[in-house]
Amino acid sequence: MQSWFFTEMPYPHLPPLNELSTMRVTLQAKHFDPRIGADLYNRYLDEYMVADDAGLNMMVNEHHQTATCLDVAAPLSLAILARQTSKGRICILGNPIANRGDPLRIAEEMSMIDCISRGRVDVGFVRGVPYEIFAANTNPTTTVERLWEGVDLVQKAWTSHDEPFNFEGKFTHRRTVNLWPRPYQQPHPPIWMTGSSDLPAIRRAASRGFVFATFLQPYAKVRTLFDAYRGAYRLNGQPGGGGTAFMPLVYVADTESEAEAGIKELIWYMNAPSEPQYRNPPGYAGVDANTQALLGKFAGRTDAMRAQTLEFQKEQGVIMYGTPDQVIAQIKRFHDLVGGFDHLLMMMQAGFLDHKRTCQNIRMFAKEVYPAIRDLPRTQPIDDKLAAE
Amino acid sequence: MSDKGTTTEFRTIQGAKIEVIRRGKGSPLLLLLGEESALELESPFVAALAEKHSLIIPQAPGFGRSERPDWISSPDDLAYFMLDFLDAEGLRNIPVVGLSLGGWIAMEMAVKDRGLFSRIALVGPIGIKVGGPYDRDLQDIWTLHPEKVAALKWHDISKGKRDYPSLPEEEVAIHARNIESFARFCWEPYMHNPKLKGRLHRVTAPTLVLWGENDGVASTSYGKAYAEALPKGSFGVIAEAGHYPQIEQPAAVLAKVEPFLA
Repeated sequence: MQSWFFTEMPYPHLPPLNELSTMRVTLQAKHFDPRIGADLYNRYLDEYMVADDAGLNMMVNEHHQTATCLDVAAPLSLAILARQTSKGRICILGNPIANRGDPLRIAEEMSMIDCISRGRVDVGFVRGVPYEIFAANTNPTTTVERLWEGVDLVQKAWTSHDEPFNFEGKFTHRRTVNLWPRPYQQPHPPIWMTGSSDLPAIRRAASRGFVFATFLQPYAKVRTLFDAYRGAYRLNGQPGGGGTAFMPLVYVADTESEAEAGIKELIWYMNAPSEPQYRNPPGYAGVDANTQALLGKFAGRTDAMRAQTLEFQKEQGVIMYGTPDQVIAQIKRFHDLVGGFDHLLMMMQAGFLDHKRTCQNIRMFAKEVYPAIRDLPRTQPIDDKLAAE
Repeated sequence: MSDKGTTTEFRTIQGAKIEVIRRGKGSPLLLLLGEESALELESPFVAALAEKHSLIIPQAPGFGRSERPDWISSPDDLAYFMLDFLDAEGLRNIPVVGLSLGGWIAMEMAVKDRGLFSRIALVGPIGIKVGGPYDRDLQDIWTLHPEKVAALKWHDISKGKRDYPSLPEEEVAIHARNIESFARFCWEPYMHNPKLKGRLHRVTAPTLVLWGENDGVASTSYGKAYAEALPKGSFGVIAEAGHYPQIEQPAAVLAKVEPFLA
């Protein structure tokens, strides 16, 4: 089991949340003080360096037009970490390839950062959450197609070394693709993808040898997703060998009451208000899901989880907190419940959780929890011949 | 299927199966529904039109029970598809009524074939950009809160409300798909084709543009600019109506459309 430190780099210095209709998409930029922002950026990057020193891997992501995440260009933070850290792997999860709309620029940036870090990069590609549609103005009915066309093109560009090639797809047109630099890792860095419900996409990722990651979902749902992954998982020579990843909120402390205080601060992330239209742009979810929503049979999963108690969220595995022994037990239990997984992505900082306590959280996890879970069994590749039958 | 003189059939046009509704008796009239096609089909407006005309109502690809071939991703594509449909029907030089998105499709068809339509009646047509880059001609119905959007679309918001849980699931699925298709075709450029305004000089048929006085999605000045961009355009306003006067004020719309088509 690999463990990864993650903060979304929040900007929590806002008016009371119950006075805001949304923290996303249309929250006025007047609420952002660049002097506070400068402090926060530097502090969060320092925390990644603390995580690296402590022996954890690091994960970054990006969002736009939101106070929940100041990292608006994950390749930039990834590039900083490539230079400022030296031990752990650094994962971008991920490049919003459909919303950004320039796969070859992404391929170049990832290759460059892979070289600077001397091969420590894991490259994720994401469709992007519904909120992201608005900042990019991407047609929500086409982002899945755009994602896959882009990923295929990046892989082809990374692995074509002998002559330029032509690409005239649905969304990208280039007549002389000839990528410089090549990635440091050969044939290319491990590729990750994310998902929350789309089983065919998960099987597709599995069959391609990509790592599949899902965030903040109850264990029964995660089991369904990971079973879909395992059902199509083949070790087809892809770098990194694939596998599965899960992200809960994590807080470890000396005492249960300290840990509870810490996790309550992390929960800030789940309470970020937003307006309903940002959560379900038309065509983002499929017709079947939207039919059920119109019939009143399906509400958003985040809303449903938000309404629950701390104890319930802990039981579901969405949050993990307590003393080191308690957190070890929670991780092992979750590992059993979902049929095993390979990467623990940990949101260990959110909201107002300060630098000192974030560092304590990181160090205590690395020292007292990580050694006990590191050797949990990996997802086993299915025999290629069996999977092909 | 037949219900009070209404028949629904499926026709295959260039490999795509689409739903065609035929209704009423009289001279042929092409009716191009908009994004609210489900409400429009149930409206007294369509029922009254059917008293004097043989309505031909093809559901555009992606709407109703019509398939959508993968190459169709814009109203411009929908227009080419509808041209194929009219060819298959052997129809030319006929009048058309176009409602909102249906009005846009009618305009895209008219600029491609000058002799296609004899007269064109449009209610709340979208599809052109009137102002500059910083001007919002059409309010952003996908970014605003649903309650605000309802207030913009309707003079009387109760007219646009539907009790989905009381409807059969198959019908709700059609609504859900219509919502998706509207976004697929109109997301970007938002609700318009940048080329269309420059092509409108080709529409030589008399064209009536009707606009809801209280349309909050696009103001009457947008409708007026649309009519003025047409060589034989005329403009009318419907009182106590939002973006869908054909649903909110069917009698007032008919009172202007029928004499125009006669």
